[in-house]
Amino acid sequence: MAVQFSEEKLNKVKEIIARYPDGKQKSALIPVLHLAQESFGGWLSADTMDYVAGLLRIEPIEVYEVATFYSMFNLQPVGKYLFEVCQTGPCMLRGSDDIIHYIKEKLGIKVGETTADGLFTLKTVECLGACGYAPMMQLGKFYKEHLTKEKVDQIIAECRAQANN
Amino acid sequence: MGRKLLLDKAHIEGIRYFDVYRKNGGYAAAEKALKSMSPDQVTEEVKKSGLRGRGGAGFPTGLKWSFLAKPEGVPRYLVCNADESEPGTFKDRYLMEFLPHLLIEGLLISSYALGANTTYIYIRGEYAWIPDILEAAIAEAHKNGFLGKNILGTGFDLEIYVQRGAGAYICGEETALIESLEGKRGNPRIKPPFPAVKGLYQCPTVVNNVETLAAIVPIINIGGDEYVKYGTGKSTGTKLISACGNLNKPGVYEIEMNISVEEFIYSDEYCGGIPNGKRLKACIPGGSSVPIVPANLLLTTAKGEKRMMTYESLNDGGFATGTMMGSGGFIVLDEDQCVVRHTLSLARFYHHESCGQCSPCREGTGWMEKVLKNIEHGKGKMSDIDLLWDIQRKIEGNTICPLGDAAAWPVAAAIRHFRDEFEWHVLNPDEAQRRNFGLAHYADPLPVAAAV
Ligand SMILES: Cc1cc2nc3c(=O)[nH]c(=O)nc-3n(C[C@H](O)[C@H](O)[C@H](O)COP(=O)(O)O)c2cc1C
Ligand code: SF4
Ligand code: FES
Repeated sequence: MAVQFSEEKLNKVKEIIARYPDGKQKSALIPVLHLAQESFGGWLSADTMDYVAGLLRIEPIEVYEVATFYSMFNLQPVGKYLFEVCQTGPCMLRGSDDIIHYIKEKLGIKVGETTADGLFTLKTVECLGACGYAPMMQLGKFYKEHLTKEKVDQIIAECRAQANN
Repeated sequence: MGRKLLLDKAHIEGIRYFDVYRKNGGYAAAEKALKSMSPDQVTEEVKKSGLRGRGGAGFPTGLKWSFLAKPEGVPRYLVCNADESEPGTFKDRYLMEFLPHLLIEGLLISSYALGANTTYIYIRGEYAWIPDILEAAIAEAHKNGFLGKNILGTGFDLEIYVQRGAGAYICGEETALIESLEGKRGNPRIKPPFPAVKGLYQCPTVVNNVETLAAIVPIINIGGDEYVKYGTGKSTGTKLISACGNLNKPGVYEIEMNISVEEFIYSDEYCGGIPNGKRLKACIPGGSSVPIVPANLLLTTAKGEKRMMTYESLNDGGFATGTMMGSGGFIVLDEDQCVVRHTLSLARFYHHESCGQCSPCREGTGWMEKVLKNIEHGKGKMSDIDLLWDIQRKIEGNTICPLGDAAAWPVAAAIRHFRDEFEWHVLNPDEAQRRNFGLAHYADPLPVAAAV
C-alpha cells in the first residue's frame, strides 16, 4: 500500500501548516504525524515518516528524531484496540496494578504484546491527567475511567463486538 | 461555602457554548479590557491582583508579563501551557472541557496586554478529544467577533491555534514546550536567553498555564484590588486543586486560599475524608514533584500551627518539614499505602520522562529507579538507602532544567520522613513482599525531622 493521504486529509495538512508563520512549516510535524498514525494503521512505518518529511519539505531524519522522542507514536504495528493503562503513583493508589494484572490474564498477553488475532495491544503508560478518576486507561481518542474488572470485561466485549461487525 | 471565581458558572447547562457563556456575563471582561483599558493598564491590574502562575512555580504573572521584550517589528507570542502531565494534576483539563470560553476570553485579554497577534494552546497529546472542544469554541468566538481581525472595532487582531503534543512530560517545561511547538524533540533550552527575550521562533514569548490565563478574566471583571481580598497574604485569589488518591471524593475543587489542609481533606464540601475509615498516612499536596509529608506535618507545621492551603503555609519549614503548593495536584495516601512502592513509581516516572540531555538526570533517575526496585522487591541493602540519598543530592541543581530537581525531591523527602519504612523493607524482605506496606505513621506523630 503506497502511503498517500486522501484529498481531504491533504487539505487538513494545508490547514495545519497555515497556522504557523511562513517557513515554519516544521511546526506542523507533530500534528501531521498524529494524522498519519490515525490514517495508516495506528503506527508510523519508515515509509510513512518519509512521506511526512516530503509533505513538510524537511529531512526524513528530522521526522525520525521526533517520532522516536514522543511516547504516543508507535513505531511498531499495534492491535486494532490499544489499551494504554496508567500505572503512575495516583492510579497505583487506586489499584491500577490489579487492573493491569487482570487485563493480562484475560487477554493472555504481557505488557507490550498483541493478541494473536491482532485485536488487542496492552501498554502501560505514565500519568494521563485523570488521577481523580483512577484507575483508568486510554482507548483510542478517549479515556475509560473508574475501571473495575467488570468494566474491563465490558470494554473487551464491546471491542470484540465492534470488530465483528 | 468558599467563594469561587473560576468555576462559579461551571454548573450552568450549556456553559461550554458561546451563547450561554455570553448570556451569563461571558466576554464582559474582554470588552472592558479592549475598549476601556490600554495594554499596560491590563498588565498593571494583573500585577495588582498578586496572581501567581498556576503551572507550578508560582511566579507572579504581572511581573512575568512586564519582562516581555518589545523590539520594533518583531512578533510576540503568547503560548498557553496545557501540557498538564504532572502526576496528580488534572485541573486544566477540567477548565478546558467545561469552560473553554473562559480560557479563550483569558487568552484574548492576555494577548491584548502582551501585544501578541498569534497565540498557541499547546495541549498534551493524550487529551485527544479536547482540541475539538477548544476549536469549536474558537470558531464560535470568531463568528461573534471576539477573534480574528479588528476585534470589537479596536484594531486588535488575534488568532488562537491549538497544537497537540504527543506524550512527553518534559514538554510542560516552557522551553521544551517551545521546541516541541517548533516541531522538534522536547529538549529544554539552556537559559538565558529566557523566552521573554527569545522564545518561539526566537521571538519574545510568554508561556502561561491554563488556569493562570483563565484567572485573568475575573481579575479584569472585579479589578486587581478586589481579587486580593480573596485568599490570604501572598496567596491571592482562588486555586484549583485536583485531589486524588485515597479520598472519598476525589476531583477538581476551587478553593479560596484561606482554608486549612485538614478542612480540605475532611470536610464534606471538599474531599469528604478517607474511604473505609482509614487513617491519613501521607500526602503530596502539589503534584508528584513536591516533597511528600507525613500526616502530622501535613496538618500542622513544625511550629505547631495549623497548615493552610496557601503557598506560604504549605512551604513553611522549607524542604525539611514543609512542602509546596506546586500545581495543586493533591495526592493522599492512606494507612495501607507503601511509601517505598509509591516512591518507586514516581522514580520510574521521572526516569521515563527524562529527556536525556544531562547526565545527572538521565543516569541518576535510572539509578534511583533501580535501587528503589531492589529495596521494594526485597533485594535491598541498608547501604542502598544512603546510596539513594547520595544520588538524589548529585542530581539536584546540576541539570539544565528543573526536571532533575523534580525527580530528586520526592526521593529525598521520602527518605527524610520515612527512612524507617525503607529500613523495614530491607530488614523484612519477605514480609515486605507479602504485605506490601511498611510502617504506618498515623499512630504516633513522628518526631520532626532535622534538616539534613
Ligand atoms: C518538568 C517540568 C514540567 C512542567 N509541566 C508543566 C505543565 O504541565 N503545565 C504547566 O502549566 N507548567 C508546567 N511547568 C512549568 C512551566 O515551565 C512554566 O513555568 C509555566 O508554564 C509557567 O506558567 P505560569 O507562570 O502561568 O505558571 C513544568 C515545568 C517543568 C520543569
Ligand atoms: S534535567 Fe533532565 S529533563 Fe531537564 S534537560 Fe536535563 S536531562 Fe532533560
Ligand atoms: S496517575 Fe494515572 S492518570 Fe494520573
